[in-house]
Amino acid sequence: MKDHDISRRGVLSCMAWGSAGVLWTMAGGVPVASVLAAGGDKMNKAGAFSFVQISDTHIGFAKDANPDTGLTTRAGIDLINRTAADAALVLHTGDVTHLSRTGEFDQAAELLKGLKPTELHVVPGEHDVLDSTQTNFFDRYGAASKRKGYYSFDHHGVHFIALVNVMEFKPGGQGRLGSEQMEWLEDDLKGRSASQPIVIFTHIPLWLYEGWGWSTEDWPQAMSYLKRFGSVTVLNGHIHQVVQKVEGTVSHYAAASTAYPQPKPGEGAGPGPVTVPAENLRSVLGIRRIETLPIKISDSSLA
Amino acid sequence: MNRMLLLAAMMLASAAAHAGNEVQVTIKSFAFGPDSIEVPAGTTVVWVNKDNEPHTVVSDGKLFHSEALDTDERFSVTFDKPGTYGYFCTLHPHMTGKVVVSGK
Repeated sequence: MKDHDISRRGVLSCMAWGSAGVLWTMAGGVPVASVLAAGGDKMNKAGAFSFVQISDTHIGFAKDANPDTGLTTRAGIDLINRTAADAALVLHTGDVTHLSRTGEFDQAAELLKGLKPTELHVVPGEHDVLDSTQTNFFDRYGAASKRKGYYSFDHHGVHFIALVNVMEFKPGGQGRLGSEQMEWLEDDLKGRSASQPIVIFTHIPLWLYEGWGWSTEDWPQAMSYLKRFGSVTVLNGHIHQVVQKVEGTVSHYAAASTAYPQPKPGEGAGPGPVTVPAENLRSVLGIRRIETLPIKISDSSLA
Repeated sequence: MNRMLLLAAMMLASAAAHAGNEVQVTIKSFAFGPDSIEVPAGTTVVWVNKDNEPHTVVSDGKLFHSEALDTDERFSVTFDKPGTYGYFCTLHPHMTGKVVVSGK
C-alpha cells in the first residue's frame, strides 16, 4: 500500500467516505486518482489488475486533421501492446468509425484484432449508429448487451457498467440515457454493496459542458442511484481530450482520441476536428491505462 | 462576357429565390445558418454541410429525416404546407433550427 504515502506525492485534496477514499495526487504534473480501499474489502482480496481505454478511433475519417486514422489507431494499439499487454481488458468508448459504414467497421475490426489483451468491450458513439438500422455496430458488438448497448459485468471485484447516451437524443438536448436504460441501471445497482468499486464507460461525458452538448441531460437521475457507492469512476470519449472532473464520489475522466483533437470546451466557434501540424499530431492523440488497486489512470500520447 | 454571364446567373438566382423556389441553409461550426428562416409555401430548403464533421437534419416530429451528411453533402425538403417546422441534428442535438412556412 505504498500509495498511502501522501506527503511524498503532494496531495491536492482528499475526500474520505465510509471504508474507502480517493486521493488526488500530482505525479509528473499529471493528476492521478488513487482509490484507497480499506483492508479486507473486495478489492484487496481480488488483487491488482489493469485495463485499457481506447476511444474515438473514427476509422473512415480522412481529412486535414488526420488523413489516415487507420495509421494512428494502429499506433495506439501498438502502444497498448508495448506498455499494457497484460491488461485484463480493453474498453473502447465509442466512435469506432466515422460514418458507420460497413467498410469502416471492417477496417476497425481488423485493427482491433491486433490487440494483445483479447477481452474487448465497446460502447457506441453517435458516429457508430448513423446507419438507419444500426446493424453495423450491433452485429459486431451487440452480443453482450442483447443489442441494447448497455450492460454490466464484474471483473476482479470491480463492477463495470457500459452506458449508451447517443441513441435517445432530443432536440436542443444533450446526451441522454433514456428511461428504459435508467430503469435497468437502477435495477443493476440495487442490493449491490456500496464498497464495490464501480467503473462506468460511456461515450459522451456524463457531466462536463452543456454548451456543446458535451454532457448527459438525465445523468442527475443516474447519479442518484450511484451516490451511495464509495468509488465511482466514469471513463468517456467524445471530446477527444483528457479532462478530469470530480463530482462528490464520482470521478469523470474524458479520454484522448486516436484520430484528431478537438477544442477545449467552449473555446472558439464550436467543436469539431482541429488541425495541428502533422509532426505534432501524435502528441495530441492517445490511449489510457488504468491500474486498480489502487486505481491509477495514466494517459499516454502516441508521440 | 464572363461578367455578363455572372450577372445573368445572379439575376436567375435572385429570381428563383423570390419565386420561393429554393433557399439554402449552411451548416457550419456546428450551427445552422440561418437557424430560422421564413419562406412561402412551395419553397425547397437545401441544407449544405460545410463542416468537417457529419451532421443530420431531422424534424422534431420526424416529418423529414436526412441521412448523415458528410462534408459538402446536401439534403433538401420542399415545404408545401404552411406551418412552423423545428428541426435538429441528431448527432449534435444542441444544433437546432426552424423553417416557418407562410401561405403563398
